[in-house]
Amino acid sequence: MIPHRINKSAVQISAEVISNKKFGPYHHMVFAVGEMAANSRPGNFVAIAIGDSQSAHILRRAFAVYRAIDKGPMGGSIELVIAPHGQGSTWLCSRTVGEFVDLIGPLGTAFGVPSSNANAMLIGGGYGSAPLFALAELLKNRGCRVDMVLGASTAAKIFAPLEGKRSVSSLTLTTDDGSAGIHGQISEAIPRLIREYKTEVIYSCGPMGMLSAIAKIAEDFDIAHQCSVEESMACGIGVCMTCVVPIKYESGIKMVRTCIDGPVMDAAEIIWDKKTVTDLLHS
Amino acid sequence: MTTLDYSTKIGSKRFSNPIFTASGCASSGQELSQFFPLTDLGAIVTKSIMTKPRTGRNTPRMAETPSGMLNSIGLQGPGIDAFLENDIPWLVDQKVKVIVSIAGETVEEYGVLSRRLRAVSGISAVEVNISCPNVENRGQVFACHPDTSVAVIEAVRRNIGGELPIVAKLSPDVTDIVEIAKSVVNAGVDGLALINTLLGMVIDVNTMKPKLAGKTGGLSGPAIRPVAVRAIYQVHQAFPNIPIVGMGGVSTGRDALELILAGASAVSIGTASFGNPNAAMLVKNQLSDLLIERGFKDFRDAIGFAHRGV
Ligand SMILES: Cc1cc2nc3c(=O)[nH]c(=O)nc-3n(C[C@H](O)[C@H](O)[C@H](O)COP(=O)(O)O)c2cc1C
Ligand code: FES
Repeated sequence: MIPHRINKSAVQISAEVISNKKFGPYHHMVFAVGEMAANSRPGNFVAIAIGDSQSAHILRRAFAVYRAIDKGPMGGSIELVIAPHGQGSTWLCSRTVGEFVDLIGPLGTAFGVPSSNANAMLIGGGYGSAPLFALAELLKNRGCRVDMVLGASTAAKIFAPLEGKRSVSSLTLTTDDGSAGIHGQISEAIPRLIREYKTEVIYSCGPMGMLSAIAKIAEDFDIAHQCSVEESMACGIGVCMTCVVPIKYESGIKMVRTCIDGPVMDAAEIIWDKKTVTDLLHS
Repeated sequence: MTTLDYSTKIGSKRFSNPIFTASGCASSGQELSQFFPLTDLGAIVTKSIMTKPRTGRNTPRMAETPSGMLNSIGLQGPGIDAFLENDIPWLVDQKVKVIVSIAGETVEEYGVLSRRLRAVSGISAVEVNISCPNVENRGQVFACHPDTSVAVIEAVRRNIGGELPIVAKLSPDVTDIVEIAKSVVNAGVDGLALINTLLGMVIDVNTMKPKLAGKTGGLSGPAIRPVAVRAIYQVHQAFPNIPIVGMGGVSTGRDALELILAGASAVSIGTASFGNPNAAMLVKNQLSDLLIERGFKDFRDAIGFAHRGV
C-alpha cells in the first residue's frame, strides 16, 4: 500500500497583506502567497499564526479559503472572509496592508465535484458561505445548475458579495429575524427548495447545528451531501488529534481529524447525534 | 570555523543531535515530513500506543490558555498491531531514529506491548508513559505512586529483553518527583522523560460549564516551562548520571538551553510544533548557535551546567 501523502501541497510562508476591507461585520482580506494559490481548491483552508513570536496565543487559527487567484497582478493570492469574534481573528483583522503573517496552506480536503452535470444546492450559514462562491464557479463551469441558499441570524450577517453571485442560477436568503429573505432558520426552507430545484447534490458550510439539520434532510431525500465542518483545531496539520469528529466505523465509532480527513466530509458518515456519540464512547 | 559535537546518548544509544519530538505532538511523523526531513531530528518520539485501537475522548478536546493549552485526547490511537504494520515500517524506511512511547491501563498491558516491541528492528528506545493525565480514573496514573511506577517498569524490563533503553515518562503532578524518579531508577530505567502535562481545567463563563468534554485536561506549552526546569533540576541533582529527556514549553533554542543547563541530555518539542511545524528545526539551529556562542565544543558539557560550583 502506498499511503497518500498527508499535507502534500502545504507550505509555510510569510504572506503579505495586500488588501483588508471591511464588509459589514466581516473583513475581506487578501494575502500574497505565490505558488500556493495554484494548489488551493474550494474547501481547503489555511492556518495563520496569531501575534508575534512572543505572543501568548500559541496556536494557529484556521480560515477557509474564500478565493484563490493563481495569476493576479500581485502573483498568486488567497482571499479570506473573517469575522472578528475572538482575540485571534480580531488580531488578524487589524493587520494593515504591507504587514506579513505566518501562513500555512493549502490544508485539508476539498469539495468533490460530480462527474456528470448535476443540480447542486450550496448552503451557507453566516460567514460560512465564504468557500461556496469558488465552488459555485467551479460547478457552473462543469455545467451544473447551482442554487445557493444563504442564511444568518440577521440580514447584515449574510455574506453574499456581488461578484460571487455571477455563478449561481438562483439565490435564496433566509434570516432568523426576518430582516431579509425567508423568515426562519435556514434548514426550514431547504426541503421545499430541494423539490423546487430538483436538487441532486448538496454542499454545505456553516455552524455544526445547521450542518446536522441539513444532513437529516439530505438523508430523508436520499441525496449526496458534502459538508465543511468546524471543529476547533490546535495545529491544522494532523499532529495533535484535537480537531476530531465522530464517524461511523464498522459497528461502532471512529474519531477522524477534520484538518486531514476534513474539513469537507461526507455528511452521511458523520454521527451527528451527541447522545449516540456519548453512548458509543462508553459502550 | 567553530564546530560543535552535537550528539547525545540515552543508555547505549547515540543520537546525532539532542532535539526530539514529544510524544503525542508529532503523531507518527508523516504529517511533519512535508515541512522538514525527519532525519534532521535526533529522534521522533511516537504517540503513546496501546494494545488495542482506542477511540479517545469526546470533543471539545482542546482549550487554548494564556501561553499554553489544555488537551484531553484520551490516548486515541490505532493499537499496537496497526502501528507495527503501518507506522513503524514507514519511519524505519525513512531512516528516522524512533523512540516508541507505550501506554497501558494495566501493568500486564505494558508487558504485552514490550514483548511486541522486542522483535522490532529499527527502534532506538522505548518511552514508558506512566503519566498520562487523560484517563478516566486518576488512580490509574501509575507515575503518582512509587510502587505502581516500579511495577510497570519491571514488567517492561522483563519483557523487552536485550539492549533497548527504557525511558520512564513522569508526571510533575506529584508531591515529590525525586521520590518517583528514585523508584524507577532503582528498577533499572536507562533514562527519564520529564515532564508530562499538568492536570488543569477551564470553565467557559458563558455556558458556565467546563470547556472540555472530559472536564479536565493536560496543560502544556510555555506556561509550564518553569515547572519543567524545576523538575529536571531536582532530578538531575539527585541522579546526575541518569539521562533526562526534557520537555515542557520549549519553543526556542533559548528554552531548550534552559532545560539542558538544568540537566536534560535531550529536549523534546511538543506544543510548539502546533504553532509552527518547523519548531523542532528552529530550536535545533538556535540551540547550536547559543552553545557555540558560549564556547561549548561538546554539547554534553552543557548538560546540568547550572549545577556546577553551587
Ligand atoms: C495534544 C497532546 C497530546 C499528547 N499526547 C501524549 C502522549 O500520547 N503520550 C505522552 O507521553 N505525552 C503526551 N503529551 C505530552 C507531551 O509529550 C509533553 O510531555 C507535554 O506536552 C509538555 O511539553 P510541551 O509543553 O512542549 O508540549 C501530549 C501533549 C499534547 C499537547
Ligand atoms: S488540528 Fe491538530 S490534528 Fe487536526
